[in-house]
Amino acid sequence: MAGEIAFSPSDTYNAFLTTCNKAPYGTGKLAGVAVAVKDNISTKDIETTCASKILKGYIPPYDAHVVGLLKSAGAAIAGKTNMDEFGMGTTTENSAFGPTLNPCDTSRVPGGSSGGSAAAVAAGFVRMALGSDTGGSIRCPAAFCGIVGLKPSYGRVSRYGLIAYSNSLEQIGPLGKTVTDVSTLMGVIAGHDRHDSTSQDKPYNHTPKADIKGLKIGIPQEYFGKGVDPQVAAVVKKAIGRLEELGATTVPCSIPSMEYALAAYYVTCTCEASSNLARFDGVRYGPATDTKKSWHDAFQEVRGASFGTEVRRRIMLGTFALSSGYYGRYYAKAQVARENVRADFNRIFKDVDVIAGPTMPTIAFRLKEKSDPLSMYLADILTVPANLAGIPAISVPCGKSEGMPVGLQIMGRMFADERVVDVAYAYEQAVS
Amino acid sequence: MADAEGQVIVGLEVHCQLDTLSKLFCGCSTDYRSDGPNTHVCPICLGLPGAMPALNKRAIEYAMKVAKALNCEIISEAEFSRKNYFYPDLDKAYQITQYDKPLALGGYLEIESDEGGEKKVRLTRIHVEEDPGRLVHMGNTERGKYSLVDYNRAGIPLIEIVSEPDMRSPKEARKFLNKLRATLEYLSVFDSEKEGSLRVDANISIKGSERVEVKNITSYKGVEKALTFEVTRQKNLIRRGQTIDRETRHYLEARGITQSARSKEQEHDYRYFPEPDLRPLRVKSWVDNIVLPELPDARRERFIARYGCSLSHARTLTGELKLANFFEQVVAADPQGLSPLAATWIADTLIGELNYRDMSLDRVEPAAMTGLVRILKKGTITDKSGVEVLRVMLDQRHRKEPDNTIKVAWSLTNDEGKVTLAAEKIPVSEAGIKRTIIEAPETPEAIVQRLALAKHTGDDRVITAAIQEAIAENPKALGDYYAGKAGALNFLVGQVMKKTRGKADPADLNRMLAEALKTRGP
Amino acid sequence: MVTEKDVQHIAELADVGISPGELGTFTHQFNAILEYFDILDRVEGTGQAERDLYNVLREDEIEPSLPQDDVLKNAPFKEDGFIKAPRVM
Repeated sequence: MAGEIAFSPSDTYNAFLTTCNKAPYGTGKLAGVAVAVKDNISTKDIETTCASKILKGYIPPYDAHVVGLLKSAGAAIAGKTNMDEFGMGTTTENSAFGPTLNPCDTSRVPGGSSGGSAAAVAAGFVRMALGSDTGGSIRCPAAFCGIVGLKPSYGRVSRYGLIAYSNSLEQIGPLGKTVTDVSTLMGVIAGHDRHDSTSQDKPYNHTPKADIKGLKIGIPQEYFGKGVDPQVAAVVKKAIGRLEELGATTVPCSIPSMEYALAAYYVTCTCEASSNLARFDGVRYGPATDTKKSWHDAFQEVRGASFGTEVRRRIMLGTFALSSGYYGRYYAKAQVARENVRADFNRIFKDVDVIAGPTMPTIAFRLKEKSDPLSMYLADILTVPANLAGIPAISVPCGKSEGMPVGLQIMGRMFADERVVDVAYAYEQAVS
Repeated sequence: MADAEGQVIVGLEVHCQLDTLSKLFCGCSTDYRSDGPNTHVCPICLGLPGAMPALNKRAIEYAMKVAKALNCEIISEAEFSRKNYFYPDLDKAYQITQYDKPLALGGYLEIESDEGGEKKVRLTRIHVEEDPGRLVHMGNTERGKYSLVDYNRAGIPLIEIVSEPDMRSPKEARKFLNKLRATLEYLSVFDSEKEGSLRVDANISIKGSERVEVKNITSYKGVEKALTFEVTRQKNLIRRGQTIDRETRHYLEARGITQSARSKEQEHDYRYFPEPDLRPLRVKSWVDNIVLPELPDARRERFIARYGCSLSHARTLTGELKLANFFEQVVAADPQGLSPLAATWIADTLIGELNYRDMSLDRVEPAAMTGLVRILKKGTITDKSGVEVLRVMLDQRHRKEPDNTIKVAWSLTNDEGKVTLAAEKIPVSEAGIKRTIIEAPETPEAIVQRLALAKHTGDDRVITAAIQEAIAENPKALGDYYAGKAGALNFLVGQVMKKTRGKADPADLNRMLAEALKTRGP
Repeated sequence: MVTEKDVQHIAELADVGISPGELGTFTHQFNAILEYFDILDRVEGTGQAERDLYNVLREDEIEPSLPQDDVLKNAPFKEDGFIKAPRVM
């Protein structure tokens, strides 16, 4: 241990579930840098709850792979951040421990599910934070809070220790005040991990470059169609105009599979989640169960009482979709849909280098504004395609609408995270 | 040939633990049996949130060896799937197994059929999966029942071998299982002596009636017993005009019965889907690089050709890897000379004596057996004495844990020429009797010497005297003999054997008595 | 279309518990979402794609296990090194 930082932020936004008031740090690239970690990433000897009652008091006996990497780089783990319970949500209102407030406007949500991490960065408590992105959970809060957030290509960052929500869709990724912060953090956490059989041997050693002369940017019509707030669309179009001034050209394109991308996403993630969350039964960790009941009754009681409504809903949707007779109709079909999404992107990337559009269809909602689950799901429409295809996607702040931040989303080819970072960097440098 | 109405039809699903060093999806040691509960566990096999499986290469290699030995076809892309259900011993609430893309399909195993001769039992598939943890049921209805869980076993690699319903009797099922076990031993992928390393589910029906599944069979003998019980139960129901329910039953080893499990188990919807944390396997080409060792059937043929064993002896001797190795070591110094007697004595006598003592073959050094066979070949002792020597040899090598308070010793007392051997718990010191404590097991030669078991030869005064005594003491038998009644001579031989304490060869005695009686005349 | 009975059955299959008060709203929302999923019926394609990652395997090497205390420390009930679970019969 090289030292200790004192960390006691005045957290009026409820960004943190746990703060490490005396956070030790070591030597390395991130020596002494305070990094906040989303509370679905296992931290040894530090409570890890996924913002759920069913993990209240759970102290992992091991570190997630990326946490080990942070420690090796000398970072100080500042605390664990609030989130939608088990990553299920777009506003961080689904936390069992109260919502996180948007530092830009505390009557609004910070986005989700990595709302706590985004708020911690936006409020200036930390420069960098780790989040996870299953269907937009890094990019959405980054856009709503006016900071930078990257969803890496699937497999570039180890998921070992990330408490799984949807294994085939999610990635841990960096959030930060600037593109450089995000790129630095990405450099520390990316790379192969033998504990994660889906991880790729593709380390990230990159300094962002601002030169985008000759870059071809695809503009998908679906990202500027109905369902996207016209003011948000206008702000993003202006930002893309800025990229053109820097030497890029735009090419209109279309992603027809967007029509069913959201359905494919929700079928996939609820099915995988229904299986991933079945282990929470109070026996090895979690709230104490009444052991006089027989196991089915005991498990139902714990899970019914300790899972929030949205979590139970998604578990049930997934259970239904996987149940006898429905697998072919839902899960199998969703994987076919994913292939079509991948094929659409591959086709588009033959002619362009990156794709640009808004991160979210609106600015941050007001607290409690979205009460109907389906209308909440529809807010993910612009972020889920990147998860379905596994491609990298970054959100960088590009202006304001109604006083609230708007995010510009850049998506790139599989494993072209460096390129996507460069485009965001070019924009950021141009407007700063 | 189609099955007749009333024909017993059996299929088996066999789960065997693969003998790898580490578990299927993590590096925990598989050698958990002598350690305390929950000491061979890590985040992965405990199913802690966030942990991910990493597939053990050797487990796949072992499974492929088995598939090749059983003539299966490796599929071009195999995949792992999740089988989802709730149970306290299943810590992730799903088992990682293989569902629609198992490692291998088809194949067969040859067994001795009920009619004699060989038959092929076809296999459906072979796949790899993880073992769940172990539950101990505690408490009672008054104080409240609960379960205790030990996750040491969770994640142990299992190979599941599913047969077609090609067996036609409980006996054939046992033969299948024994042949399978032997094959796995020969492949060095399975240790049959490890407790719980093999589990069997059986499907049994009487042609024309519904199929019943019997679960929870954990021993080879159990399979035959469970199925025999089921056959009887089902035939009785049919005889009474009742229908057989299609159901799952559990085998209760202690009571030797099967019991309906319907009340315990709900209808399971396992909601299988591909395991997203593991990548598919394309390992078909590995088959070419697998070199199989000599398998049981080939070894059996070699034993017949090389050692002149009978088919029956060869089958028995090659039925277990250790036994086959033992036999070959015993006869190695002089295969042609030792094999005939060695085959008989090992297959017909040694195995039985070991089973009786619940004793492992590991306890007997091949040299000891070789020594005994040599003595028997020389004709120094009778067969009856041979058995006695063998028993002493085994008892000496079958050491049990000594009592804490009393020393266990082999003692030899020599009281005025009367030599007796005893295994007993003796006080550490006891005055008055000269005792020699034997610590190390004896060679067969030493035993023969010590117990003075050397055969009496034909001109021995002791035998002649015994013959005269027997004749004098049994006038009725004598009369019977001269009257030509069958059995009289045998009776007299028996009397002489008693007197000579089995140290005379019965064949010799037959001859000598007959001569003596002839000389004497009626 | 799923009925309240179907939803009840799914809740039991998933061991999540659903109170009678929630059942009505849940079923209504469930159906709306399932209706949205219907769009997948129109999806065409084989879904077979070449990936670049196969045969991800590790060597059969022993690694240290967790100390028994760590295995047990998050369990609410334990006895003699075992973890206590509800009865199965």
